[in-house]
Amino acid sequence: MSRSMADRVEESLPWFRERLVALGRCLVLHLLVYPGLLCAALAGFAFVGLGFGAGALLLPLAVLAVRRMADQRRELATRWTGTVVEAPYPRRPVFPAGATGVRQWVRWLRSDPATRRDLTWLLLDPVVGGLLALLPVALVLEGVYGFVVCANVRWMSSTGYGDWFVLMHAHYGHGGDLAAISAMGVGLVLLGLWSAPKVLPVYGRWTRSLLAPTPEVQLASRVRQLTETRSEAVDAQAAELRRIERDLHDGAQARLVAMGMNLSAAAQLLEKHPAEAKEMLLEARNASAQALNELRDLVRGIHPPVLSDRGLGDAVRALALDSALTVEVGVDLPGRLEAPVESAAYFTAAEALANAAKHSGGQRVWIDILHRDGRLLMTIQDDGAGGADPAKGGGLRGLERRLAPFDGILVLNSPVGGPTVLTVELPCELS
Amino acid sequence: MRVVLAEDLFLLQNGLVRMLEAYDCEIVAAVDNGPDLLAALLELRPDVAVVDVRMPPTFTDEGLQAALQARREAPGLPVLVLSQYVEQLYARELLADGTGAVGYLLKDRVFDSDQFVDAVRRVAAGGTVMDPEVIAKLLAHNAHTEPLGALTPREREVLALMAEGRSNAAIAERMVVTERAIAKHTSNIFLKLDLQPSDEDNRRVLAVLAYLNT
Repeated sequence: MSRSMADRVEESLPWFRERLVALGRCLVLHLLVYPGLLCAALAGFAFVGLGFGAGALLLPLAVLAVRRMADQRRELATRWTGTVVEAPYPRRPVFPAGATGVRQWVRWLRSDPATRRDLTWLLLDPVVGGLLALLPVALVLEGVYGFVVCANVRWMSSTGYGDWFVLMHAHYGHGGDLAAISAMGVGLVLLGLWSAPKVLPVYGRWTRSLLAPTPEVQLASRVRQLTETRSEAVDAQAAELRRIERDLHDGAQARLVAMGMNLSAAAQLLEKHPAEAKEMLLEARNASAQALNELRDLVRGIHPPVLSDRGLGDAVRALALDSALTVEVGVDLPGRLEAPVESAAYFTAAEALANAAKHSGGQRVWIDILHRDGRLLMTIQDDGAGGADPAKGGGLRGLERRLAPFDGILVLNSPVGGPTVLTVELPCELS
Repeated sequence: MRVVLAEDLFLLQNGLVRMLEAYDCEIVAAVDNGPDLLAALLELRPDVAVVDVRMPPTFTDEGLQAALQARREAPGLPVLVLSQYVEQLYARELLADGTGAVGYLLKDRVFDSDQFVDAVRRVAAGGTVMDPEVIAKLLAHNAHTEPLGALTPREREVLALMAEGRSNAAIAERMVVTERAIAKHTSNIFLKLDLQPSDEDNRRVLAVLAYLNT
């Protein structure tokens, strides 16, 4: 009997632990109201001061402080309540230096619809969010207070007053009342614990209702992102075409001209100086071989033939075979990808492999390619020294540009000491 | 020598037909797409097939696939694959069945007709001919890995020339040494790669395979 009791207590431990954690989170979320009130006061001063001109200085500070606060709450809501709350702020445009720039910046901050929503939140949150988070905490505290009342009832009674606990009068000597109060206290503590994880999602929804981007803002930021990536893609394409044009002009075209000249010279020399003519012909042949070589390299850079022949898996295997490192390739693709995605993924792998060979100092590379839930996932890991800096690597920025039009994500994880892991995620369908 | 030729570009097909006929080859069929090639190979069983990788209808690796398919149904059917570019991946696929009688060359190699026709003949005779570019890439990649790491630089050089499909006599001429010196190198190579004495041609194919598969 006692054994099974102990078992039951042990089994209920995780239940309590979970609820205690939720309760702690509620407490933190409630306490955050107070710095929020300070912030609201600052913002209030700023807006009142706006009429006098002084607010122009204070306002941006207040707005930035509010944003920080709101960002922190978004993060906590996302982490603790299971409700993802994203930031609605647009990327800061570039302002000119000096006073005009500051003025433009202030106007930009003030006119941002997210600022108004932030401020509304700041005013309402102490009431709505603060009380919401307080509810389970208050229930538990009240329950605990019941026990305090019971413990002190003798002293309190001796002063002649006694005490009240939730409509019940506690008085020394009334054992029945004390038992009822204790039961009530236990009930309240349990109710508080039970409610804590139920309150958190409500809190999350409340936070999202004002702090998450509205559909219009989401749409606007999507349009902005598409505009940016489109213009980058167009720029990159134009630069690529220029490079190809230059390569053709300086390479294959020039060699073909030289070949033509050699051939016509050979035709003239053929009868009188056959030996020299033969030499010219051989030269023409060499020039044609060189032109072919250059064209081959050029084609590889535009779109490697093995990629169109076989698709991403075999093309990356071919890359692996040509690499100076020992590369293991694992591919799980049940079909072919769309050609542009395939090409972007291929060049990402090629660049990553080249970087690993050049900078990592490692010997082995593992490439994994698979398709799950409408996304292509590619990881490239080496056994090198790590410490790759994405800010320094211009190549990485180029890869991001290549992937951006497809909404691809690129994550570089390279702690000092290694290993370096590059993860690529590309939404795409298989055919 | 009966040759099946697969090349979809008319100019190149014409040029190859003329070149091969000038060297006393009989072109039993000249096709320009994958399915026709497969049918011709299995029906005519030529002494050698000269095959372009990229052909209709898909313009991908149609020719290579047809050649591999034909060799699965008729093991050891001699095939010389031509391409605008060489991939180690494709070289391995051609060599994977271990029966030899394969070649894989850049199209540029037809410029030197003597050498090209020589390569065709060697493939027809069961030899293995790999483009120097495939071999150069392999050398860059595998110089330090086992089992090739056990070979001396001189032996590696001999093995590379062997992979290009050259005979001992040709290798000797190329390296300006006697044929006997080359024979000594090759027997060292066979020993180090642990290839049991069997017929010489087979061991050459296996050595090249070991070379390409590290």
